[in-house]
Amino acid sequence: MHRRGVGAGAIAKKKLAEAKYKERGNVLAEDQIVQMSKQLETFKSNLEEFASKHKQEIRKNSQFRVQFQEMCSTIGVDPLASGKGFWSEMLGVGDFYYELGVQIIEVCLALKHRNGGLITLDELHHRVLKGRGKYAQDVSQDDLMRAIKKLKVMGNGFGMIPVGGSYLVQSVPAELNMDHTVVLQLAEKKGYVTVSEIKDSLKWEKERACHVLVNLHQLISGHRGLKKTTTFSINSLTFFF
Amino acid sequence: MDRFSWSNGLLEINETLVIQQRGIRLYDGDDKAKLDSGVALLSTHRLIWRDVKNHECCIAMPLSQIVFFEEQAAGIGKSAKIIIHLHATPANKETGPYQHSKYSFIKLSFKEHGQIEFHRRLTEEMTQKRWESTPASQPIPTATGSQTGRTRAVGIVGIERKIEEKRKETDKNISEAFEDLSKLMVKAKEMVELSRSIANKIKDKQGNITEDETIRFKSYLLSMGIADPVTRETHGSGTHYHMQLAKQLGDMLQVPLEERGGMMALTEVYCLVNRARGMELLSPEDLVNACKVFESLKLPLSGVMVVQLQSHSEEEMISSALDNVSDKGSLTAEEFAKLLGLSVLLSKERLLLAEKMGHLCTDDSVEGLRFYPNLF
Repeated sequence: MHRRGVGAGAIAKKKLAEAKYKERGNVLAEDQIVQMSKQLETFKSNLEEFASKHKQEIRKNSQFRVQFQEMCSTIGVDPLASGKGFWSEMLGVGDFYYELGVQIIEVCLALKHRNGGLITLDELHHRVLKGRGKYAQDVSQDDLMRAIKKLKVMGNGFGMIPVGGSYLVQSVPAELNMDHTVVLQLAEKKGYVTVSEIKDSLKWEKERACHVLVNLHQLISGHRGLKKTTTFSINSLTFFF
Repeated sequence: MDRFSWSNGLLEINETLVIQQRGIRLYDGDDKAKLDSGVALLSTHRLIWRDVKNHECCIAMPLSQIVFFEEQAAGIGKSAKIIIHLHATPANKETGPYQHSKYSFIKLSFKEHGQIEFHRRLTEEMTQKRWESTPASQPIPTATGSQTGRTRAVGIVGIERKIEEKRKETDKNISEAFEDLSKLMVKAKEMVELSRSIANKIKDKQGNITEDETIRFKSYLLSMGIADPVTRETHGSGTHYHMQLAKQLGDMLQVPLEERGGMMALTEVYCLVNRARGMELLSPEDLVNACKVFESLKLPLSGVMVVQLQSHSEEEMISSALDNVSDKGSLTAEEFAKLLGLSVLLSKERLLLAEKMGHLCTDDSVEGLRFYPNLF
């Protein structure tokens, strides 16, 4: 019987085929880049047309913005990645969110001495709207969250913690650690939490539980040197000593 | 048709609009009336009809006039109709378009359809007879019965219609926008897939893609907002855009950095730069990518990203921190910040760094964190 695929001849043939395939691959990749460049031009003019008709919708309509963002992320496109991107340049989405980013940073910075770098999304929303004035475009909480997500790349501790059905926006690094977050989330279940509950659910010692609560209180109220209080609240959650 | 009276089309208090339909022609019995194109409005109390061309021509009839009504199906060349049989004319009826009629029924011809819904609503109203429980105030007697003396029928009915039209227009705009957007997304998706195929080929090092072509490819990705899968392997060669940006930033930040003790958090830089620009703002990622081109990007302890002058090295920072603390005996982050003209956050970072290196130790008390020279 004649066994195929074995022997020096067959191996040489295989190598030749591979080389040819690689060569083809080479041409294909280069061709693809050219092809992409052409498609890009077409896409750019399509986007321009779209912008000339519908740019206003994006500016005025926050629901439309949500849909737009979700469509983009479904296909794997981030319209906010760069100010040099088409989406940003032609639709103006970029400037809208980047400016919002600046406003968010400024609000957080201004209040940090008072709230230790933790602010509720509601309050942030309220203050940003106030800062923008009554003739500015409307800004929704979804808009804020997307802007904050972008700010994260720059470090500085920007993040959002789900609490009490909404979010706390954090703008200082590391002061809110895992312990704090876990206690916040525990409190979210019933709307309040006590030291004994923390001890029971998380199996912590009393000192640790108290320490975290004191810290949280300091962060929220900005007071230093307050050893203990009987209760305090964050958002809609209450904490009992 | 002699049951109708002239009306100004204004709804009374307690009277609500139930449904309206365009393209209605009126029939006096079996005869076509001159009122051949208008909007029929059904309210809780009345049947109103307004001429589509001449808005001042508006007539109304109380629903209590209706005995019963029936549908007449459409035929070839004939629209569907609703035939409404009526009681005799009441004695105190206001003047209307017809002084007298030999018929005691009228027809509504639905030239633009809508008869099914209209019929349904009419049935509802005639069953509920809401006009009996919530009497509307008497219609203000309008001027004479002649065609010229009527008040304009703009009022609530008119305004409601304008709002409805505006809403439909807005809805139309939005749904058109969505349609166009979907088409656009389909094309964008094609490009994403194409770019993935190219990126894979580059990763597998198939063929000779020149450096130039790679840079071009990256700029395409940047334009489209597609994540760059290639940079995870190739460092440093950002697009031309980022390199340009880096140069600009270098020039722009020299003075501010010096004013702030040689260091600025990226978020500070972001705000400074974008406020200065006003338009065509930088994205956070643009800033980070441009900074990567600098060598002077530093990532200190707790995930704060800073831009720093090259004249500052880590050792220098630590030794100067130690000096300052020894000088004063002890310092808190705030005091240190004041001393150096740094932000509190960054001064804290510096002190913590020195602590980590073993040069300082801390006392965490109720008054806050205080740094001391480490004598151990």
